[in-house]
Amino acid sequence: MERLVVIGAGMAAGRLLEHLEGADFDITLFNAEPRGTYNRLMLSPVLARETTYDEIVTHDDDWYAARGITTRLGERVERIDREACVVHAAKGPVAYDKLVIATGSEPFMIPLPGHDLPGVIAYRDLEDTEQMMDLAPGSRAVVIGGGLLGLEAAAGMAARGVHVTVVHLMGHLMERQLDLEAAGLLQASLEAKGIEVLCEAHSEVILGDSQVEALRLKDGRELPCDLLVMAVGIRPSVAVAQAAELEVARGLMVDDHMRSSDPAIFGLGECVEHRGQLFGLVAPLYEQAAVLADVLRGGTQTFEPKPLSTKLKVTGCDLFSAGDFAEGEGRQNLLLRDPSAQVYKRLILEDGRLIGAVLYGETTDGSWYFDLIESGEDVTALRDTLLFGPGYEGAELSRCSLAA
Amino acid sequence: MDGSGLPTTRSTCPYCGVGCGVLLTPDGNGGLLVKGDPDHPANYGKLCSKGSALGETVGEEINRGYRLRTPLVDGKATSWDDALQVVADKFRAAREEYGPDSCAFYVSGQLLTEDYYVANKLIKGFIGTANIDTNSRLCMASTVAGHKRAFGTDTVPGTYEDLDEADLIVLVGSNLAWCHPVLFQRVLAAREQRGTRIIVVDPRRTASCDAADMHLKLAPGSDVALFNDLLARIDAAGAVDAAYVAQTEGLARALAAARENDAAETGLTDAELAAFAAEWIGTEKVVTVFSQGVNQSTSGADKVNSIINCHLATGRIGRPGLGPLSVTGQPNAMGGREVGGLANMLACHLDLENAAHRSAVKSFWDAPEMPEAAGLKAVDMFRAVGEGKIKALWIIHTNPAVSMPDADAVRDAIAGCDFVAVSDVTGRTDTARLADVLLPAAAWAEKDGTVTNSDRTISRQRAVLPPFSGARADWDILAEVGRRMGWEEAFNYQHPAEIFREHAALSGIAGKMGRDFDISGLEELSRDEYDALKPLRWPVTATKQGGRFFEKGGFFHASSKAKFVPVRWRPPVAKTGPRYPFRFNTGRLRDQWHTMTRTALSARLSSHLAEPFLDIHPDDAQDLGLEAADLVRIKSPTGEAILRTRITSDVSPGQVFAPMHWTGETAPSARIDALVAGEVDPVSGQPESKAAVVAVTNFDAAWYGFAVSLEAPKAKADYWALAKTEAGYRMELAGATEPADWEAEARRLFDLPAAEVTSFSDTSRGIARLAFHSGGRLLAALFVAREPVAVMRDYLATRPGEAASGVLLGRTPADVPDPGPTVCSCFNVGVKTIATAIEEQGLADVESVGAALRAGTNCGSCRPEIRALLASLRVGQAAQ
Repeated sequence: MERLVVIGAGMAAGRLLEHLEGADFDITLFNAEPRGTYNRLMLSPVLARETTYDEIVTHDDDWYAARGITTRLGERVERIDREACVVHAAKGPVAYDKLVIATGSEPFMIPLPGHDLPGVIAYRDLEDTEQMMDLAPGSRAVVIGGGLLGLEAAAGMAARGVHVTVVHLMGHLMERQLDLEAAGLLQASLEAKGIEVLCEAHSEVILGDSQVEALRLKDGRELPCDLLVMAVGIRPSVAVAQAAELEVARGLMVDDHMRSSDPAIFGLGECVEHRGQLFGLVAPLYEQAAVLADVLRGGTQTFEPKPLSTKLKVTGCDLFSAGDFAEGEGRQNLLLRDPSAQVYKRLILEDGRLIGAVLYGETTDGSWYFDLIESGEDVTALRDTLLFGPGYEGAELSRCSLAA
Repeated sequence: MDGSGLPTTRSTCPYCGVGCGVLLTPDGNGGLLVKGDPDHPANYGKLCSKGSALGETVGEEINRGYRLRTPLVDGKATSWDDALQVVADKFRAAREEYGPDSCAFYVSGQLLTEDYYVANKLIKGFIGTANIDTNSRLCMASTVAGHKRAFGTDTVPGTYEDLDEADLIVLVGSNLAWCHPVLFQRVLAAREQRGTRIIVVDPRRTASCDAADMHLKLAPGSDVALFNDLLARIDAAGAVDAAYVAQTEGLARALAAARENDAAETGLTDAELAAFAAEWIGTEKVVTVFSQGVNQSTSGADKVNSIINCHLATGRIGRPGLGPLSVTGQPNAMGGREVGGLANMLACHLDLENAAHRSAVKSFWDAPEMPEAAGLKAVDMFRAVGEGKIKALWIIHTNPAVSMPDADAVRDAIAGCDFVAVSDVTGRTDTARLADVLLPAAAWAEKDGTVTNSDRTISRQRAVLPPFSGARADWDILAEVGRRMGWEEAFNYQHPAEIFREHAALSGIAGKMGRDFDISGLEELSRDEYDALKPLRWPVTATKQGGRFFEKGGFFHASSKAKFVPVRWRPPVAKTGPRYPFRFNTGRLRDQWHTMTRTALSARLSSHLAEPFLDIHPDDAQDLGLEAADLVRIKSPTGEAILRTRITSDVSPGQVFAPMHWTGETAPSARIDALVAGEVDPVSGQPESKAAVVAVTNFDAAWYGFAVSLEAPKAKADYWALAKTEAGYRMELAGATEPADWEAEARRLFDLPAAEVTSFSDTSRGIARLAFHSGGRLLAALFVAREPVAVMRDYLATRPGEAASGVLLGRTPADVPDPGPTVCSCFNVGVKTIATAIEEQGLADVESVGAALRAGTNCGSCRPEIRALLASLRVGQAAQ
């Protein structure tokens, strides 16, 4: 039986193992965190008290046992011996015929003075989440980074009665997913939740002796805090791959079959770089998992990057963003504004096709738009009603006020 | 309140000359329930769409901000006392300084006979000029002249009963189905009962052709050539009634003229001409109905006489089921003719230029002076106004700034006149806006008097509502001015019954002088008898009441014989050519009336055809690159207009048609009479309203708009047309240059500077949609595009005041059907509702549609459209 070793038990790896059920492999799973796979996307709801950790665990010990998967949880892989096809870890080596590197990513910590003080954390795993959950109502927190993750953290803490300030370097929140106008609506509704938002705010130094006490900005403002969360992005975890001298750029380089520069070794998830692109959202990772499972079973599927869509999991901030919404030559906008209802919708068309969508306040048609973006079909015939949703085609309209 | 318990009163409809009786029941809130009077001889209970909707045009709510509440002098609210003194002083000053002929009245067939009588007495007998004319000049003058030339007086020989008993009815220049719907229903009923055949003579295919056995699409203005041809064939066929002709003079000369006639001028084939003649000659009981297509022509009087010649030659006149029958456009055009409303007439069909007649009236009135020559007819009158010769002008219940030919020039003339008084129910007309003194007159249902319809039937109009606050009756206003000018005795009236008695007494004198109009049998009528007066047909004398004229001759020329008038075809004055290649026909719509001052108040009536349009033949449209719903600019030597395009083979190539109802208040780019030159019939002075020439070009609109709103929008666009809806208003708009900021533009349009707005834009296609709302309710919405806006208009029109959400979609939510434009105004049934019922219930004919939806079961004037819809759907199914 072929020996398969998987390094990392993130969501992509979890999905891979599901796809490999019934396949003829002897599987060993390593994970640095002392637990199996759980739904990391659901940490924000946990933080916001909308669910609990137990409910977001997707693969527990019984699951692995039932499928004869050897788990080495809480054990970090030290190195890979590609000559011998052996993985070395604290509790001894494991030989492999095929190896999957799914080491994921680590949050990027801005090297500000004081970034290593206690109380300065990222928002990545359950431990981070628990630290936020431990804050007493009335205490103060600063979140650096007004992206998806930072805002979910801010909203989660605010929901627990914490005074939160979001410090964002760019001109408006979620600039990679939202245009200025939608971001304005988002900021307004976050502020309505008691969250302070500072855009174009340059962090300078984190203050505190034995514990974080405040963040000082370049303009001199000091933001006192009991906890400082950095949510300014992630970088692929490639240390073990680099040590094994696999081809690594920003991430572990893989081809369309998720194969690395070593034919026996594959990459999966946030640690890989495919056609120059890195991955932070879950949808493409599940795609990769499916493709890789097929390849490991001897199939020939290939991974094709697709447009991405984003939903913000913050109650009361209904937001959907998909595809490409940058202004550009030949790009045309369909725009709906309803300030009193806090609704904003923008669809971006190019050559009669839908290429991007930004919805705020009313997102029920988001998946329909996402399908249209993916399919790239011509939407010219739908253009008059596209922004109002599906199902309006073919109505009989009048072009003047004269009886037919 | 539903009005039950409140008394029901008999009165008369204020619209066309059919003169239908109505039953009016006040609802207790200033409104009225209106039903047809089953006992009235004109309509026996039937009403058309306009009459049925009368209730929607009265009452405080609909008239708030529309009706005048107080006199205005130079635009400022003034007491009646001061306003009337200004009018009296201005006329006195003009009369003293420049002479009586510097004064003029321009009145209307909307006046009641008693009002009309006082106006004539005041200006002809006391101010001392014959400068009074009426909008009947634009409507009836050619018939008056034709009647007088043939009969010696302006006498309608027959009655409506003739329509019930005829075997052949020829409609000449009359779209009876739309303009006199109740008479048309009477014709159709006769057709049902006795198989009466119908022939329509009209350059245009109209709704009246729907039931016709033959439609002669003759060349515009060629009626004389057609009836000369008929007269010659009557003679050739030996169909001349020698015995009857003995009661006439001049047949030989008329025949000679007819034989010189070139029938080819009609543009009809020999076969068509022969078939028409065969029908006409071969049918003893033939009624030739004629209306504006005959009258509104520079050869109008000749057209009338060419028709009467044929009836005289065959002796087909004055007997049941036959004769020439002129149908009038106005509720009291006939009453106006009876009191001498026209500049060349005296009261009771007496002639101004006849010395004996003149002195009889002068002494009866005890008048200081009487003019000896005819006064200025409408077109000349407004030319004189423009030349500054008229110093004091009083316009009563008519809108010449819109309805006169060369209307822009007339508007400017009125604006430039030294003194203009206007009596009307509202200040919102193109003419009233030009008044120095604006007098709030009592409206229909608020005033007492009589009217005379097209078959000489005199009916009472009765007051069932109190005068709208501040309004006064016209006879009262006129008499008060007469008294203030110093003629207390002559104008000392307390009640219209006194005026009626005086008129009746004068008619007795006229009767003794051999005139036809004699109602001396009513001169002793008491106030109660007047109030209770039932409809009756004149004459009313000791010896004769009602009936027909001329069965055995007895004409009103000195010779007591009728006169044949030799007539020769003349083309319309305006010639088509390279600059103005199209012949421009004008006319009326089913659900609108004159300049819309009343019908535009009704949402039902406004939904049938809610904007002005130009009918053009498909071939011409193709040559011009026009598509349906494009806007066109039409230009004539006197004016121009912007209209919606309707492509239809109802009009012939080279001819275009436009309705004449729209005004500066409802669609300023569609003041149709601005394109009509002031060419008049040398005999009747009636203008040629249906034969102007125009050039047609595509109006290059940068944007088109459609708006709905609770309050009337105030547009400044190159093209706009406003229409009332149940929920508020709808408006079509277009412009040659696109505004920079649509939200700012819309806020100005709707006068909503601060309302919450929801917007949709597709900028690269020039699409902007804005909905203004308050508390979730829609206040107004504007839809803009570079092409004619494609939305569900009739659904959107229902949205103001409703939930604003989703309105920008511009169409119904999936589960709500769209009724489509109203076809049946009486029961408010839309075209899509009917089409759906036809398809889903498999309805085969108009009757089953009526059974299923009630559409077409009241006035019946939408039945042609329902039939056309049935046909088109059958074609559609066959194609599948």
